[in-house]
Amino acid sequence: MADLTSNFIGIKSPNPFWLASAPPTDKQYNVERAFEAGWGGVVWKTLGAEGPPIVNVSGPRYGAIWGADRRLLGLNNIELITDRPLEVNLREIKEVKRKWRDRALVISLMVPCEEDYWKAILKAIEDTEADGVELNFGCPHGMAERGMGSAVGQVPEYIEMVTRWVKQYSRMPCIVKLTPNVTSILPPAMAANRGGADAVSLINTIKSITNVDLDNFSPFPMIDGKGSHGGYCGPAVKPIALNMVGEIARHEETRGLPISGIGGVTTWRDAAEFLAMGAGNVQVCTAAMTYGFKVVQEMITGLSQYLDEKQMRLDQLVGRAVPNFVEWQHLNLNYVTKAQINQEECIKCGRCYAACEDTSHQAIAMSPERVFSVKDEDCVACNLCVNVCPVENCITMVPMAKGALDPRTGRPVGDFADWTTHPNNPMAVQAAE
Amino acid sequence: MPNSPLTPGIVPARLSAEALARNFADHEPPFDLHEARVAADRCYFCHDAPCMAACPTTIDIPLFIRQIATGTPEAAAKTIWSQNILGGICARVCPTETLCEEACVREAAEGKPVEIGRLQRFATDTAMAKEVHPFSRSPSTGKRVAVVGAGPAGLACAHRLAMKGHEVTVFERRPKAGGLNEYGIASYKATGGFAAHEVDWLLSIGGITLRTGVELGRDITLDALRGEYDAVFLGLGLQGVNALRAEGEEKEGVRNAVDFIAELRQAPDLGALPVGRDVVVIGGGMTAVDAAVQSKLLGAENVTIVYRRGQDRMSASTHEQDHAVQAGVRIIHNAAPLRVLGNGRVEAVEFAYTEDGPGGLTLLPETFRLKADQVFKAIGQTLTGAPDGIRPEGGKIALTPAKVWAGGDCRAGGEDLTVTAVAEGRDAAEAIHAHLTAA
Repeated sequence: MADLTSNFIGIKSPNPFWLASAPPTDKQYNVERAFEAGWGGVVWKTLGAEGPPIVNVSGPRYGAIWGADRRLLGLNNIELITDRPLEVNLREIKEVKRKWRDRALVISLMVPCEEDYWKAILKAIEDTEADGVELNFGCPHGMAERGMGSAVGQVPEYIEMVTRWVKQYSRMPCIVKLTPNVTSILPPAMAANRGGADAVSLINTIKSITNVDLDNFSPFPMIDGKGSHGGYCGPAVKPIALNMVGEIARHEETRGLPISGIGGVTTWRDAAEFLAMGAGNVQVCTAAMTYGFKVVQEMITGLSQYLDEKQMRLDQLVGRAVPNFVEWQHLNLNYVTKAQINQEECIKCGRCYAACEDTSHQAIAMSPERVFSVKDEDCVACNLCVNVCPVENCITMVPMAKGALDPRTGRPVGDFADWTTHPNNPMAVQAAE
Repeated sequence: MPNSPLTPGIVPARLSAEALARNFADHEPPFDLHEARVAADRCYFCHDAPCMAACPTTIDIPLFIRQIATGTPEAAAKTIWSQNILGGICARVCPTETLCEEACVREAAEGKPVEIGRLQRFATDTAMAKEVHPFSRSPSTGKRVAVVGAGPAGLACAHRLAMKGHEVTVFERRPKAGGLNEYGIASYKATGGFAAHEVDWLLSIGGITLRTGVELGRDITLDALRGEYDAVFLGLGLQGVNALRAEGEEKEGVRNAVDFIAELRQAPDLGALPVGRDVVVIGGGMTAVDAAVQSKLLGAENVTIVYRRGQDRMSASTHEQDHAVQAGVRIIHNAAPLRVLGNGRVEAVEFAYTEDGPGGLTLLPETFRLKADQVFKAIGQTLTGAPDGIRPEGGKIALTPAKVWAGGDCRAGGEDLTVTAVAEGRDAAEAIHAHLTAA
């Protein structure tokens, strides 16, 4: 078994799987169950300022979308930060940390954008012995209307300002949690970096309406005939999160800033992808909410096996894909692949044919006996057939050797050449003159 | 002392009323909504789907399953009925394991096809429960068509013709419409009077007059029908039963399996229906299986199907054979009946082992006897009473005179299945319509 011990910005945990700040981490009872199941750490559900607690709706808080067999693919919520009194949370956090020394315990915070509020809350949590704080600049619903959460995360100046206060009034490691509800994730990440954040965590949830109730004509989750947008998470958001994590990991100004990866991590494989994309650890919520805390055990064994097979240490995996995350203009335009259908594996459903014939390049032939074959002269290697095929690895993309004649273009496969030097690129032509 | 499976002879009430009710309940209960959704989710929505090609009525199976998956089973039912107006009974009796489900790509992928038959039943049952008929009639054409035989072929033909605006009269020799759906399939496949209910529902489109108890050749003639109507459709079915050609087959206790099945289907009280203690069924098709299984379910102690060729030649599907074996029926292959033994009443049947070689079937010298107090003959049905002017070829109707069409089991070509009969009846209706509306 590979060693999964994690050290993220000085916070140690037996594995890199933390539970994200969310409903599963709202109480001592849940958090202890999570630790018993094997989770490496938790970010305690966001605490607010002292005073009357937050109020939640008493109708549905969650909406969802499903795949086949009602597999939950996306979840959205309109729950606010903790609705329990601050002192109760603080007492429980202290108890949990004392009982579970080897686990990471980070406290998520969200108070109004005024220095005194931050000073006060940081003082209040001082003696919990928690390992760090995470600043919730991401929550896109409810709290944002009150000038907190994503309302802060969408303004880089505020991020920088608050992060400075936190670093000024606390010696705890500080993670800034970013909202994806921005046109670019880079300015908020840079602001956190400038403010002195020890790390960023992302993504928080995405503004969303999961569906519209077609009898009541209301967005869902529906509260007494009305709906408000919620925050979207789960497997469906993973691609968005991976991109944002990668953008921060590769940018020259934010490169090296530790990242806690969040967004649809459901299996060890998802986690490994986040790590390769530059995350130092991952945070999970929807998978636990869907299947219970036990899912972490598959993540632990899966990641261990993978690292063993690759003969790699955990820290060697982190960021390993980042150098290969380039802009489109740097992709090799002379790289040619062709789809290939394994006739042994093919179950003759014809989905590749329908997809290619109706919506792509008419590059798959169908015989009267339902034998499907690729027409290399028409195949642009778009990969759609691979994606719609129900049998994994039945259709694969096979690269053509350099020098081989591409039957589609009639030209031999050439050396590396990207858009920056392509004759059709006006900028390239300009550069040549 | 009440009867039991051990009571000798052909006697009623071998089992309690409760046991009979349990035995003859719906043998494959309908899907509930959740089961249907889960099953529907497995469909890949194949291009030019193999299941469709395997369906004699070419139902758009991927489309109707998607309609179930998206919560519109009524639309699914209409998709089914637009190709197969008897989609309800076909969902129950079709040998799907040799048709659509055999062709399902998930059969190739995992050996477990999408449960198309049960999904079809879910859709049609859901829509029929709403008691609306999804099709309406076109304006009247003033044309009149006679349909002889109210089995699946005749009913499908009549419905399609009525839809096209023609006036249809259906003549049926039996007291009830439905043909084999009503008289010829195992009871547990169409419980709750479903076949009769489906006929009523089908007729509710209007424009169809049903005249039962009228037999071609006895009460009406083809010539008269041709004179009186603009077109005639013959859906006669197969009314004759092949003989065993075994010595002593006239003995008491020997009867046609189809008659037993029909009597059972129409019996108001299964407890009053007599059945033997040692039942021997001779044949290898669905009729043999239906007669054997139902004998067992009525309480016969020993039921044996004897088929003269190997298992691979049985026309009953593997699924049906398995069903029989699970019900406790013994199946003996490669044995042909020589003699029915007994003093006036059957006591045993003597068989010879057979060999199925390139030169045909030969009887081997070795014989054996099976104790029997009841013997059912199920070695195939034949066309009898073909009307004047029609010369059957190979035992079936191939050519018809002007203004006459034929379909279903009586017609040459295609398998003798309900679903094939529906397809032929429907297609004949389209041909008749084209003929009647040609300028």
